[in-house]
Formats: sequence, C-alpha cells, structure tokens
Amino acid sequence: MTSTTKAPTKVKTIDLVNKNLKKRYRAEIRFRAYGIAAICFGLLCLAFLFYNIVGKGARGFQYHFVAMEVNLDTDTLGIADINNFDQILAANYSAVVKRSLYEKFQVSSRKDKRLVRDLFAVDASGYKIQDLLKTDAAKLVNTTISIDALVDDKVDFYLKRLGEVGEPGKEHFNQKQLEWIAQLQQEGGVEKRINIAFLTSGDSAQSEEAGILSAVMGSFYLLLVTLSLSFPVGIAAAIYLEEYAPKNKWTDLIEININNLAAVPSIIFGLLGLAILLSFFGLPRSTPLVGGLVLSLMTLPTIIISSRAAIKAVPPSIREAAYGIGASKMQVTIHHVLPLAMPGMLTGTIIGLAQALGESAPLLMIGMAAFIPDVPGGVTDQATALPMQIFQWFRNADAGFNEKASAAIMVLILFLITMNALAVWARRRLERRW
Amino acid sequence: MSLSTLIVIILIGAGIAYTFGRGRSLMIAGRLGGIQHLHSLPFYYGAQAALWCGIPCLILLALWVAFDDAIIRQIVMQSLSSEQLKLPEQELGLLLNTIESIASGVTSLRGSPEVMAAAERVSGLRQTSQLLLTVVVLCGLVMAGAWAWAKVKPEFRARNSVECVFTLFLLACSTLAIFTTVGIIFSVIFESIRFFGQVPITEFIFGTHWSPQMAIREDQAGSSGAFGAVPLFTGTILISAIAMIVAVPTGLMTAIYLSEYANNKVRAVVKPLLEILAGIPTVVYGFFAALTVAPAIKDLLNGVEIPLLAFSIGPLDVSGESALAAGLVMGVMIIPFVSSLSDDVINAVPQSLRDGSSALGSTQSETVKKVVLPAALPGIVGAILLAVSRAIGETMIVVMAVGTAAKLTANPLESVTTVTVQMTTLLIGDHEFDSAKTLAAFALGLVLFVMTLGLNFYALRIVKKYREQYD
Repeated sequence: MTSTTKAPTKVKTIDLVNKNLKKRYRAEIRFRAYGIAAICFGLLCLAFLFYNIVGKGARGFQYHFVAMEVNLDTDTLGIADINNFDQILAANYSAVVKRSLYEKFQVSSRKDKRLVRDLFAVDASGYKIQDLLKTDAAKLVNTTISIDALVDDKVDFYLKRLGEVGEPGKEHFNQKQLEWIAQLQQEGGVEKRINIAFLTSGDSAQSEEAGILSAVMGSFYLLLVTLSLSFPVGIAAAIYLEEYAPKNKWTDLIEININNLAAVPSIIFGLLGLAILLSFFGLPRSTPLVGGLVLSLMTLPTIIISSRAAIKAVPPSIREAAYGIGASKMQVTIHHVLPLAMPGMLTGTIIGLAQALGESAPLLMIGMAAFIPDVPGGVTDQATALPMQIFQWFRNADAGFNEKASAAIMVLILFLITMNALAVWARRRLERRW
Repeated sequence: MSLSTLIVIILIGAGIAYTFGRGRSLMIAGRLGGIQHLHSLPFYYGAQAALWCGIPCLILLALWVAFDDAIIRQIVMQSLSSEQLKLPEQELGLLLNTIESIASGVTSLRGSPEVMAAAERVSGLRQTSQLLLTVVVLCGLVMAGAWAWAKVKPEFRARNSVECVFTLFLLACSTLAIFTTVGIIFSVIFESIRFFGQVPITEFIFGTHWSPQMAIREDQAGSSGAFGAVPLFTGTILISAIAMIVAVPTGLMTAIYLSEYANNKVRAVVKPLLEILAGIPTVVYGFFAALTVAPAIKDLLNGVEIPLLAFSIGPLDVSGESALAAGLVMGVMIIPFVSSLSDDVINAVPQSLRDGSSALGSTQSETVKKVVLPAALPGIVGAILLAVSRAIGETMIVVMAVGTAAKLTANPLESVTTVTVQMTTLLIGDHEFDSAKTLAAFALGLVLFVMTLGLNFYALRIVKKYREQYD
C-alpha cells in the first residue's frame, strides 16, 4: 500500500499509524464528548422542565389572604329565620364582607368604596362565611367572626411578584390602591398561605375560586371506564394471541392491526369517538363514558403488547405439567398461566392507564374541554379531565388562571409519578423470574 | 326500570342460575355416587347454566336498546300531519329532535300543541317500551334459566360448551383491534368523501390558501372559505423537521453512548431518567412551549441582525407563537423515543462485528462510525421514521404553542399552523356534520392517518427485516 515515487526509503505502516494516531485519539475524545453532551442536553431539559413546573406550580397553590373581622348581623344578611336553610343559602354575604372592608379601610365615598372592593374577592370570601353558616347558623349569627378574606387575583398576582424587575401587575392599580396594599403589608394583615380550596372545589369563572376537584373526579371516572374495559379485553386478546391463535392470515391481520393502532396519532382516536360514538351511536357528549371508551381503545395496544410479553415469560414446563395431570386448555390458562403472568399484565395496565391519564387530544375532539364547575357524580355526567382543565385554564387570558394551570400540572405529574412508581414497584416485587 | 338496573338483574339472575345448575349437578352426582359420574366438574354445569341464562338476555337487551328509539320515531312520524312530513329532511329531523327533547324533559322549550301532543306520545311510548322490556327480560331470564337447569345431566358435556364460549370471547376481544381500525377508516373516509363532494380534492391537496372561516370569493366551493391545505402540510413539515433536528442527533448520540461507552451503573440511572421525558403529558409540554420557550426565543432573537457575508439578515421579526418554539419542545419530547428505539437496534448488532473491528486496530469511535452504524442503519432509519410519524401526529404542543393562521412559509421564526391544530380548531364546539368546515377536519384526519400509517408500516417492516438479518 505504500507506493512512493522515490523508491529506496520504505515507509513503515507503523509510522503511518503513528502519524495519524493523535488525530484519531482526538476524534475519539470528540465523539465521546458528543455522546456525553447529548445525554447532558436531555437531562438538562428534564431538569429545566421540572424546575419550571415546580417553580410555577408552587405559586399556584398559594394565595394571599387578609384576616378580617366580619359582623354577621341578620339585617344585613337578610336572614329572617335562622332555621330556614333556604334563607341561609340565599343570604347576602357579600354585603357583610363589603361593610367590613369599608370599615377596615375607613372609606366613605362611592369611588373609594369601589377601589377597595376591587382589591378583594368579595364573593369568594362570602362563600366562606356561607360554608360556616351552613353547619352552625344559630351560633354564629349576630356575632362577629374573623375570617380570612381572599384578595383579588390581580392583587395576588402583584404581591407574588413583588421585587421582580418591572413590577409586573402594578399597572392594574392606582396610587391609592397601592398605598392600601402597602399599608396591609406593613400591618402584617396580608398573609400568603396554601389555598386549600384549590383542592376541594370545582372549576369557576373566577380564578380565585377555581379548583381542580371536578377535573380530578372527571379523570377518575375516565380511568375507571378505561380500566374496566381495556383490562379484561386486553388480557383476553393477549391470551388468545399467545395461547389459542392458530398461525394463519387472520392472526397476522390482528397482530398487524394492534401494532399499527399503537402508532396511530391520538387525535385520530378522537375523530373515531366523534364520528362513531357521538354521531352514530348518539352517546352523550363530554362524558367520561365516551372519553373512557376512546381512551380504552387507545390503551388496548399497550396492554395487549405488555400482557403478551408477560404470558410469553411463563415457562412452557408449567403448561405441560398442568396438561400432564389432565387439565383442559382453559384450565391451564386460567389456573396456571394467568396468575403467573398477572404481575406483568398489571404493570402494563398501570402504564397504559398513566398514558390515558395524560392524554388530551382525543378528549378535545369529543368536547371534554368544557367549562364544568360541578363535580361529576357518575360516568354519564358531563365532566372534564385534568389535562383538559389545564388546557382550559391555559387558554384563559386571566393571569390567575395560568397560575392555576401550573398548579394543576403539578397535581397531574404527581398522579403520573405515583402510578409509574406503582408499576415499577409491582414489577420489582411481584414479577417472578425463571 | 333503568338500563343499569336491568343489567344488574340479569347478572344476579345468572348468578342464581349458576348456583342452581351447580347444585343440581351435585345432587345428580350424589344420587349416582360421586362427581366422577359426571362428564364435567360441577363448576362447569353452573357456569353453563349462567351463560345460557345471561347471554341471551343481554343480547335481547342490547338489541332492544339499539332499536327502540328508531321504532318510536317511526310510530311518531306516522302520527305527524302530512304537511309536516313534506318538510325537507333536515327540518323534519329538527322537528323530531325537538319532540324528543321535550319528551325527555331536557329542554324547557314549548312547541305548538301538535308538537306537544307528539312529545306526550313519545314519552308514553317510551314508558311502554321500558315496561315491556322489563317484562320480556324477566321472562327471558326465568325461561332460559329453567331450560339451562333442565339441561344439567350427567352425560352433558358442560365443560366443552363453556370452553367454547370462553374461546369465542377471547377471539372477539382480539378482533376488537381490527374493528377499531375499520371504525377509524370508516369514520374518516365517509366524512372525507362528503367533504370532497363540496370541495374538489385537487383544491384541497394543491391549494395554497387555507381559511375555512369565511367566504372570500363569491364562487368559492362550499361557500364557507378556502380549503387549500398546502400551508398546513408545510407547517407540519416545518415543525416536524425542527423537532427531528433536535431529536435525531441527540437521541442517536445518547443511544450510542449508552450502548457502547457507558457502564451499567450509568445506564441504569440515565435511561429511566430520559424515559421520564416520554412520560410527561403533552399538555405539559405545550404549556412549557407556549409560556416559557416561545417568549424566551422572542426575547432572545427579536430585532437581532445576523451578519452574513456582504449583507445581513434582519432585524429578525420573531412571532410570539413561532414554529421554532413548538419544534424545539417537540424535539425534546421525542428524544427518548429515538434513543430507546436506536438503542435496541444498536444492541442487536452482533458483538463479533465490534470485536473484529477492534482487532484490526480501530478506535472505539471508528468502530461505531464505520461498523456498528452502517450495520444498524436500516433499523435506525426505521426508528427515525417512527419518530417522524409521532411528530406529525402530535397535537397538544402545537395547539398550545403555535397559531391558527395558515401561512405558507419556511421561516421557523414565523407562526405557522399544522394539520392537527386545524383539526382541533375546526371541531371544537362545532358539530354540524354537513358544513364543509367540520368535514374538512375529517379530510385532514384522513391525510394524517394515511401518512402515519404509511410511515409506520414501512418503518416496522424495515425494523423487522433488519432484526431477522442478525437473528
């Protein structure tokens, strides 16, 4: 390979190798660095994503409250008979809250009153009093109680970002209001706390009252429908394909279909739900029933594929032993193969359900991105789901809702982590190796 | 009785049939001197009785529920006056819907006395149907149960029949996948055909103007806007390309490093961590892209001038909903997808090839570049195709992070729109199934389905062939 025109000096291969060696080693190091950089990039993205989610989400759980004395006199409330529950429900709670506010800030002119009112979530604070009165009206009426009034979401936004550059949110207030806010802060009357109502109430048109309970329950019913359909059907399909199916065209067709369905974009399943379930079968829109049906069709491939792997892992000797003592095919499958493959199937099912929980596109198609403040009570009630709630809040122009969306994302991720941890635990603890 | 109560009753009936069937078989066995005189175990006699009792009733129930509305509708149609029947089909349907909603009490709507009478009739018929159904189901339950009970005899092959039903059930469950595919194809194709009846298919595929909202030209087909989908296709391709530029090098290098260089410890930590990226819901990525990445890109690049030889590009005008932001975030989402698929492929390359290369004195990176990667290339191409199909089908990130205005551009800093975005915008809240606007979403769905199906099919075949090569 060394052909030189000046004949005598023969070039040795080792020299050629040595000549290039440094370059090659440098290339080696560079290549390694690329790999490490790629991994670091991925991990950094992950870290940044979580940092972002947690940083934003933590804000969404907190809210600013102002401790306040409220006098609950029956005249202002408009309650004539405290034993009449309807009157307690319909009482004018905003009036007592407003009065206390005016007293607290010592304002009398109409304009000032309005400016004060704008700083607080009067209705939301009123509901708090209503909740108290619902349980114990007789004792509380005509007394002065202290409640934690909610500030307006704009005030909350401003207070949470105090000290940031540009003072975001400041532009919503005039000089007087800013002074009042400063005054509240100096007195120590305003306090940032975890907003429990976020976890215990449904969606609302007012961001300070909005909570995720309705979405969580909607997701729960969705997963219930999904689980009760896709788990039995998925396992049955897996058993058929592994234990019963003859090797023929039909079986091949089923397998090809399952593999393809696993890769069909989720939005297409939404179209299926829209055209077939809603239009053709006339099932009710925006319900967990329809959503669950669509999601179970989506999760089926996942469950079938992992269940088949679990069944494959059961050694044939167990089947043969069972056949040997006279068991029928169904007995072998149900009494021996199924229990041994169950941990793997459960793991696959949990992972499939976790996917279904985070899925949004098909639900969007069947109208689950709707404003539904009530907590659904069953699978045929109108409901929304956690990802849909996040999307709804994201689309809302109000800054308060964006914060709620970040908090809801944290809740969603928490559920997902729990489910995946459960799957990992189930795999480690229950799976047997032969 | 409501449907769910009836189902519960049928299940309870089946349970009772099980007890009786089993009890009878045991009784017969006792008379004969032990269960060894029966063909099957007592359990099978019970199960057989339960199945024979429950399945016919459930089928009856399903048929009834499926058809009773249509039958009631027919009866009501006959009672309508002849001039109402002469109404065009759509208005007649509307009228019938009104009658039905009044009958079920979902609206407080009031109609003419005639309509109210018809509504009354519908609710009356519904009650009769309910009552009849209950009676029929209960009778059926008792009769089928008695029949199944009577069939319990020592020579009866109960196990075989139960196992036959079981096998049929398994087969039915596994064919559900086929039905799903067929359902998808039907739901997409039928509406698409109707769409192409209103908008010519050539305009849809080659038209460069997309604005389904309003009519722009007088002579516009469908009279509700323009349906040239080319800007959507280019938008989808642009965003997917950006995503691939991020995901393919990163995912591939990650896979190479993890399978060729990293030790087990590193792999055990890094792999699951990266898989988390694939498990995060897309709505979260969308939120991240729209509220963090897009504004950051805008702040970073807006107004920047890039000197390029003699002239300069810029100042850049960055949209707040740039394709770049959505593409970058989508790329990050797809990294684990590419890396785990290529990891499998790279691991399938036989060790002997690497050993041979090392023996000839090549460095590790040379082995990877000149031996492992060429050997794994078909599989990697398959993996990339799968990733592309995932990128073009991705919905939430683009819905949240890019706009809805269709623009024919290749500039990643501008706002584009994609097929999936348009599908959602066309379908949210609008459910008239005959407007071209709604039907367009199904035509887009058809395009998406065909594209992803083609990519997947091809990719899976490549991967499979490649696997067989080294098995």
